[in-house]
Amino acid sequence: MEELKRTVLFDKHKELNARNVGFCGWEMPVQYAGVIKEHDACRNGAALFDISHMGEFFYEGDIANSGINNSCTTDFVKLPVGKCKYGFLLNEKGGVVDDLIVYKLDDTHLMFVVNAARIDVDFARIKSHIKSGRFENRSDETSKIDIQGPNSKEMLQKIVSFDLSELKFFGFKQTTLLDVPAIVSRTGYTGELGYELYVGNDTAPKLWDKLLSLGAVPAGLGARDVLRLEKGYSLYGHELNEETTPAEAGIDMFVQYKTHDFTGKEALLKQKESGISKKIIAFKTNSKRSPRDGFEIYQNGKKIGYVTSGTYSPSVGSGIGLGFVNTKLFDEDVALELKTGRGSIPIYRADLPFLK
Amino acid sequence: MKRYTNEHEWAQLDGDIATIGLSEYAIKELGDITFVELPEVGVSGNKNGGMAFIESVKAASDIYFPLSGEIIEINSELEDKPELLNEDALSTWISKIKCSDVSEFEDLMDEKAYLAFIETL
Repeated sequence: MEELKRTVLFDKHKELNARNVGFCGWEMPVQYAGVIKEHDACRNGAALFDISHMGEFFYEGDIANSGINNSCTTDFVKLPVGKCKYGFLLNEKGGVVDDLIVYKLDDTHLMFVVNAARIDVDFARIKSHIKSGRFENRSDETSKIDIQGPNSKEMLQKIVSFDLSELKFFGFKQTTLLDVPAIVSRTGYTGELGYELYVGNDTAPKLWDKLLSLGAVPAGLGARDVLRLEKGYSLYGHELNEETTPAEAGIDMFVQYKTHDFTGKEALLKQKESGISKKIIAFKTNSKRSPRDGFEIYQNGKKIGYVTSGTYSPSVGSGIGLGFVNTKLFDEDVALELKTGRGSIPIYRADLPFLK
Repeated sequence: MKRYTNEHEWAQLDGDIATIGLSEYAIKELGDITFVELPEVGVSGNKNGGMAFIESVKAASDIYFPLSGEIIEINSELEDKPELLNEDALSTWISKIKCSDVSEFEDLMDEKAYLAFIETL
């Protein structure tokens, strides 16, 4: 088995008695004090996440004419400097190679933030679009720390030299943290007020300790998954993969069709006419039973789909889940159930987000 | 005195009645417990057969009969308060079994052997 990679914060997690888990080739903390406590810290206070396993690419060149603007569903020319946007890297069939956030650093510089498991695939695919300029993978030297929760602003403000109120949602600033260059971004994967911080590896342990000393609670990937699912956010490898289009995953609204061309656009436009054959539905259980990835979804005794993500939600107080159903077989008005190997669990359609 | 299985159940014997729970290690591995499916009173099972089912926020696991016998009592408090297991795994019992063969108890690991066993995991 390939050895798992570790972020520069690995020893910090060890000091905090984290339980680790192998995740996308990385040995990452799944929990510290417990998923529910960490979840609650994020919803009511401030939680701190080490997300350094994610990838960061940098482009420098002619954004409009180098071909890079055809690589993703986001129009980087239209994107204002100081803003970032969520979008997709697609294959020719319109399937999602990855979901990513792209930052417009200035008129000639972009930063791409991608999923850990997809770093190599993404880098090669984006690079194949580029005819000029410089494109670099700096994932191994960049650390990412997220501080999320209603108290995150007040805590972070103590170590930031500008007024954080200047940052609107999906706005960011190139600044310094602890006297070294950093990017502070008003974004996150929890649905709470929060920030994503990008710093060099040397600074990450100091920044981590500083934010803990200001009262942030360390939180692992377990809590992060519950938090994102309560808000209905997709996770690559679960709701998203190369066989699934943004429309099927229910997040077509993030695709910018009108102003630029991109790989996969033709296939998406064709699918808009022909219709989708599967779609995402959101559901709850009426108990603390959790839906789990891979459980089959049944209607009238017939299999019509499968669960892609599921958990117990402390905020909702029941199990919550997302799954794909075959659009031809799915009937809006018929009761749904999950088959689990230990009998069935009734489920009930829900609107997203689960937690308003 | 508690004895343990390699599936992390503990059993404590009083006459031919065994009280059953899950080890601290198992509960810690599972994390925040959200659901316990208890067996029905009157159900019999053989050692290592399925007895109950437990879920945490992020995981799920079967619980096995550590000893052969019949379920004579269940801790129904766990239906509403599964988190009791996180608070104190060693004093929160799951079920009581009337053992059909108390000699099976001697085959289970004592605490020292169990602690050595989990070191190897």
